[in-house]
Amino acid sequence: MGTLISIELALAFLGFGFVVGLPLAVGEVYGNKFVKNLAVLPIVEFFRSIPALVLLFLFYFGASYLNLNFSPFIAALLAMGFRSAAYQSQVFRGAILSIDVGQMQAARSIGMSRFKAIRYIILPQALRISIPGWSNEYAMVLKDTSLVYALGITELMRQGRYIVARTFGNAILVYVICALIYFVIVHFGVKLLDFLEKKYRIPGYEIKKVTTRA
Amino acid sequence: MTQIILKVENLHKSYGKTEVIKGVSFEVKKRETKVIIGPSGTGKSTLLRCINQLDPLDKGQVWLEDVEITKPPIDINQVRASIGFVFQSFNLFTHLTALDNVRIGPMRVKGMKEEEATKIAVEEFKRVGLGDKIHHYPAQLSGGQQQRVSIARALAMSPKLILFDEPTSALDPELIGEVLEVMINLAKEGTTMIVVTHEMGFARSVANDIIFMDNGIILEEGPPGEIFKNPKHKRTAKFFSKIT
Amino acid sequence: MNFFEFAWSISPKLLAGSLTSLELTALAISIGFILGIPLSLGRVYGNKIIYTVTTIYIEAFRGTPILTQLFILYFGLPSIGIMFSPFTAAVIGLGLNSAAYQAEFFRGAIQAVKGGQMVAARSIGMSKIKAIRYIILPQMFRLVIPSWSNELILLLKASSIAYMIQVSELVSVGRQIASRNFRTFEVFLVIAFIYFVIVEILNRILHSVEKKIKIPGL
Repeated sequence: MGTLISIELALAFLGFGFVVGLPLAVGEVYGNKFVKNLAVLPIVEFFRSIPALVLLFLFYFGASYLNLNFSPFIAALLAMGFRSAAYQSQVFRGAILSIDVGQMQAARSIGMSRFKAIRYIILPQALRISIPGWSNEYAMVLKDTSLVYALGITELMRQGRYIVARTFGNAILVYVICALIYFVIVHFGVKLLDFLEKKYRIPGYEIKKVTTRA
Repeated sequence: MTQIILKVENLHKSYGKTEVIKGVSFEVKKRETKVIIGPSGTGKSTLLRCINQLDPLDKGQVWLEDVEITKPPIDINQVRASIGFVFQSFNLFTHLTALDNVRIGPMRVKGMKEEEATKIAVEEFKRVGLGDKIHHYPAQLSGGQQQRVSIARALAMSPKLILFDEPTSALDPELIGEVLEVMINLAKEGTTMIVVTHEMGFARSVANDIIFMDNGIILEEGPPGEIFKNPKHKRTAKFFSKIT
Repeated sequence: MNFFEFAWSISPKLLAGSLTSLELTALAISIGFILGIPLSLGRVYGNKIIYTVTTIYIEAFRGTPILTQLFILYFGLPSIGIMFSPFTAAVIGLGLNSAAYQAEFFRGAIQAVKGGQMVAARSIGMSKIKAIRYIILPQMFRLVIPSWSNELILLLKASSIAYMIQVSELVSVGRQIASRNFRTFEVFLVIAFIYFVIVEILNRILHSVEKKIKIPGL
C-alpha cells in the first residue's frame, strides 16, 4: 500500500541518483577544468544547498511554468533523483580519491586507456569502498520520500493521513506505526548493505569505514 | 646486426622550475640488460617514466624500434602495451586475484579470449615461480611474491622491453633475493631490460651495460668491468666508495 | 512585472519568513546541543541501562523521517490531549531529532580523543566527571566543529519541513504569496536562491571559525 509506494520511490530516486551520480563523480575527479567547474560542481552545490522540499516544489511548479506536463511523480523523480545524484557523487568521489594513485599508473603502464583503467580497475574498487557511505544515502532517501507527500503523491505518510481522516482514529497511533514502518525498512536495508559490504570485501584489504551523516 | 630496441635522444624533464633530467641520450640493444645506477633523486626513476610517458617529457625524442613514439599522432596505449613496467611499489590491482592481475592486460587491452589469456598467464606464473598462488589476492601475498606477480603481469603482454623501477627497494631484505633471481633468469633468457636499482651485486653480474647518472645527466656509460674497476669520473668513484 | 521586479517585490515577506526559519534552526540546534551532550556521554560512559535507553532514542530519531516525527508531535499528540502550537511542535521535533544526530558525532569525537588523555587525568587524581569536564570535552568540541557546522546547515534545510505542520517559515510564506499571484515557480526560484545564499554565508563563517579554533598541530 503506501509503504510499497514509498519503497518504490526510494529505489527510483536512488537508481536515478546512481546513474547520474557516478558519472558526476568520475567527471569531478578525472575531468578537465571545464567539465569540473562548469558542469559538475554547480550541479552538486545547487542540489545540496537547497532543501529537498523546495526542490520538489521547484520542479513541480517549474514544469507548468515551462508548459511541460509533468505528473507529480516525474517531478519528484527529477528533483529527488538529481539531489541523490549530487550526494552520491560525493560518496563516490571520496571513494575514488582514496584509491592509491599507483593503481591508475599500473593500469596505464600495461596499455589501458584512461577509460578502461577507470572501468576495470578504479570503479570496481571504488564501488566496494563506497558501500558504507552509500548506505547512509539509502537511509536518507528513504526518509525523504515522506516529503513527496507535499506533492500529493500517495506514499506512506499520506496513506496515514487518509486513515486518520477516515477513522477519526487515534492519530498518534497511526503516525507512530508509520514511524515504525520507516524504521524497519531503513534498518533492514542498512543491514543488507552491511552484509553486501562484507561479502564483497576484498580479502586481506582493510576497507576503512567512513562514518557520515544519515 | 643487433637491433636497437629503444633510443632516447636529448631527453629533458623539469618539475616546475627545477630541471631533473638535463639532456639524456642512450640506446638499448635487443637482448641487452641495461642497468642505471646513481645517487637517489637524480632523475633515474623519472627517466623510466618518461620513456613510456607515464610522466610527460618536456623535450627530446624516444624511438621504440623504428617508430618515434614522441611524435604525435601516436597511440600511447599501444606503445605502453609493448613496454613492460615494474613499479617499486608493485601496484598490483587489489581487487583482482593474482591470476586476474596477469590476465587483465591480455584480455582487456589486447582483446584476447579468456582461455588464451589464461594460458599465457599460467606460463608467466611458472616463469616467476608462483604457480601455486594464482588464486590469491595481492594483500594475501608477501612483498616478494607481489613483485613477482607484477613482473608476470608485465611479461604477459609480450613486451619488446621491460622497465624496472627500483624493483627491490620496497622489499624486506630477505625477500629481495627471490625477485632478483627472477630478473637474472629473464636476463639470461634474453629479455631486453632497463633496470634502475641500488643492487650493485646484480648490476655487476648481470648487466651488459651500466649507466651512471648524477644530477640529471649521464656521467658514465660502459660495461660493468670498466665502470666498476676504472671509473672515469671522480663522482663515480665517490659513489662506489660510499656504497661498498 | 518581469522576474526581477517580481522577486524584489516579494522579498520583504520572504525575508520575514526566512527569519522564522533561522529562529527555528537556532532554537532546534540549541536544544539538540543541550540534549546531545548527555546523550553522547551516556553512550560512551554509561552503564548498560543508560546505554540501551540512549541508543533506542538515537536509533529511533535517526531511523525515521522528520516529517513523521513532526506529524506525531503536531497531529498525533492532540489525540491524547497534548496540544502544541505549530512553532513549538517544530522546535521540539527538530530539536529532539538534532539531539540524536549531534549525540552521534559527539560520541565519535569523544572516542577520537586519545584514551591516554583520560588515564592521564585520572592519574593526577581527577574524578571521572572532572576528567570529562576539563580534559575530554574541551578537546571533543574542537574535533566536532566540522560535523556540527554540517548539522547546522542540515537543520536549516530541514526547517522547511515545518511548512507541513503550518509553521510560517520561508516555504510557507512562499506558498502564501504564490496562492495570491500564481507565479509559484518564480517564487520558489527566489526561495531557492535565498537558501543557497544563506547556506553559502553560513559555510564561509563556520569555515573561518573552524580555522581560528584549531588546536595547533592536531
